[in-house]
Amino acid sequence: MTVTESQPGGPELVSHSHGTGALLASRGLRFTSYDVDAFEVPTGREEEWRFTPLRRLRDLHKSAVATGEAGVSIDAPHEVKVETVGRGDPRLGDGGVPADRVAAQAWSSFSEATLLTVPAEQRPDGPVTVTVTGPGRDEVAFGHLQVRLEQFAEAVVVIDHRGSGSYAENVELVLGDGARLTVVGVQDWAGDAVHVAAQYARLGRDAVLRATAVSLGGNLVRQSPTVTFAQPGGDAELLGLYFADDGQHLEHRLLVDHAVPHCKSNVIYKGALQGENAHSVWIGDVLIQAAAEGTDTFELNRNLLLTDGARADSVPNLEIETGEIAGAGHASTTGRFDDEQLFYLRSRGIPEDQARRLVVRGFFGEILQRIAVPAVRERLEAAIEAELEAVGA
Amino acid sequence: MATLEIKDLHVSVLTEEAPKGILHGVDLTLRAGQTHAIMGPNGSGKSTLAYAIAGHPRYEVTSGQVLLDGEDVLAMSVDERARAGMFLAMQYPVEVPGVSMSNFLRSAATAVRGEAPKLRTWVKEVKGAMSDLDINESFAERSVNEGFSGGEKKRHEILQLSLLRPRIAVLDETDSGLDVDALRVVADGVNRFRSENSDSGVLLITHYSRILRHIDPDTVHVFAGGRIMESGGPELAHELEEHGYERFAPKQEVGAR
Repeated sequence: MTVTESQPGGPELVSHSHGTGALLASRGLRFTSYDVDAFEVPTGREEEWRFTPLRRLRDLHKSAVATGEAGVSIDAPHEVKVETVGRGDPRLGDGGVPADRVAAQAWSSFSEATLLTVPAEQRPDGPVTVTVTGPGRDEVAFGHLQVRLEQFAEAVVVIDHRGSGSYAENVELVLGDGARLTVVGVQDWAGDAVHVAAQYARLGRDAVLRATAVSLGGNLVRQSPTVTFAQPGGDAELLGLYFADDGQHLEHRLLVDHAVPHCKSNVIYKGALQGENAHSVWIGDVLIQAAAEGTDTFELNRNLLLTDGARADSVPNLEIETGEIAGAGHASTTGRFDDEQLFYLRSRGIPEDQARRLVVRGFFGEILQRIAVPAVRERLEAAIEAELEAVGA
Repeated sequence: MATLEIKDLHVSVLTEEAPKGILHGVDLTLRAGQTHAIMGPNGSGKSTLAYAIAGHPRYEVTSGQVLLDGEDVLAMSVDERARAGMFLAMQYPVEVPGVSMSNFLRSAATAVRGEAPKLRTWVKEVKGAMSDLDINESFAERSVNEGFSGGEKKRHEILQLSLLRPRIAVLDETDSGLDVDALRVVADGVNRFRSENSDSGVLLITHYSRILRHIDPDTVHVFAGGRIMESGGPELAHELEEHGYERFAPKQEVGAR
């Protein structure tokens, strides 16, 4: 078990990295392009690909072409404007630009994008649900989704992924000034699915983002969320919850780029792993640029290994280019199931399987408590329950 | 009527290296309605006895028997022992983050009683038991033992004792680390349990005789070097208070931890 905590706040410049000590400056000012060929085909030696089992990517990182389509269905309150737009729509790209080859491939390959707009100062009654169904076993599809909240708009969006096949997508979250978006992405794929997604959140002045990523199913799921603060006063909370079973690869690569002053970010990702070759990867990059005075950021990743044979890689990186910040820190722990907790619960008569469930539920409790939308929280509780049921914990 | 019989019990603790023998033949019979105190110096094996009876995985019984009304306790899993009526109030109660005390108590009561307590009476029961132990209601929504002070943890052990109503309760140094007021609250809780559960037996493990001024034992056992060195009435506790444990230190164990 490793624990690292740091609270740099002094006047000196601090670069704090775990793992390989990869230079973060290149992450903040990283190369981006819409053009697939601007990116080399990854070999697996690159920092950003070294954890990903490329041979299981079904050529998404090379030159895979679409053989099918993902089903996208939207259930939205009437205030939300739902559009299907062509590739040339000028609003596409407002959230961000691809930073790796698969994202560029997805950008170059989708035929239609789904665009959801919540007009200024509107607060729809009830959540928007986007259900994405994979193209089917052995099929490949690409997708694009943009959620736009105009000034002072507020919304809850649930993006539900299910089904089979290979699916690469870009998701843009564009928050206008003072907008508040709660977004929950659920990866509840069938066992064969390969899902590679890049999310780009761009926050206007005083915008608030509450994002939760839940990864349960799929053979390989790789998600790369990027948060960019376009104006001061933004507040982003990124929560993640994942449950990796036998042979599953679940990867989350986050970049929070503090480029402007007085923004806040809080990252909490928690994962449970169970079974042979269950593998999770969490990369948390936080960059506080020289101009980003008054930044307040913390990131945390905790992994719970329920059995032998599972592996969790966790690499927090924090690079600080100004000393004038409110706070910055990170923590990462990976630990085995606590036998003392189990003994304590069992010594009160609670059967072992139920005791294990209580402990795992408790482990995720910190995340669930932070999910303000009851319907979403209940959905996640049920999903965790089903996961525990499936693995017989 | 509950009877706990411990017969020639030998126990080793599993360490990084080799298992280390701690208990070297413990014999003890505790009958319903009785309270026995086990007193001994640090490292005498008192807590090992408590953990071995409860089935902690770090302790291995190498020989001997533990019987509850003739049933082989050592053949039962940890949770089966609790459901059979055994209870261990731990010296160091474990924190379980994210599991609320109320959820924990109800899960435990459901398991031990064999059915979920009726919600209305249960809420009342828990509130009453908490108030008896001067525990603030807000603790019900806190995670099990998380961030509790030493005294709060011990009170919650006694809270569990009163709600689970075991047939045999082993209290492992429940008195250590308590100030005078907390000691009285905890001792009152144990006495209440004894008077309300006359069919139950209590095995009170302690380092100090202080708690025996609040809880009258029927029998006092002096524990040293992994076995019972002497047994007697309450007067034995007074003697220990005056003269300490020197008389009982087994020669080969002098200098051991």
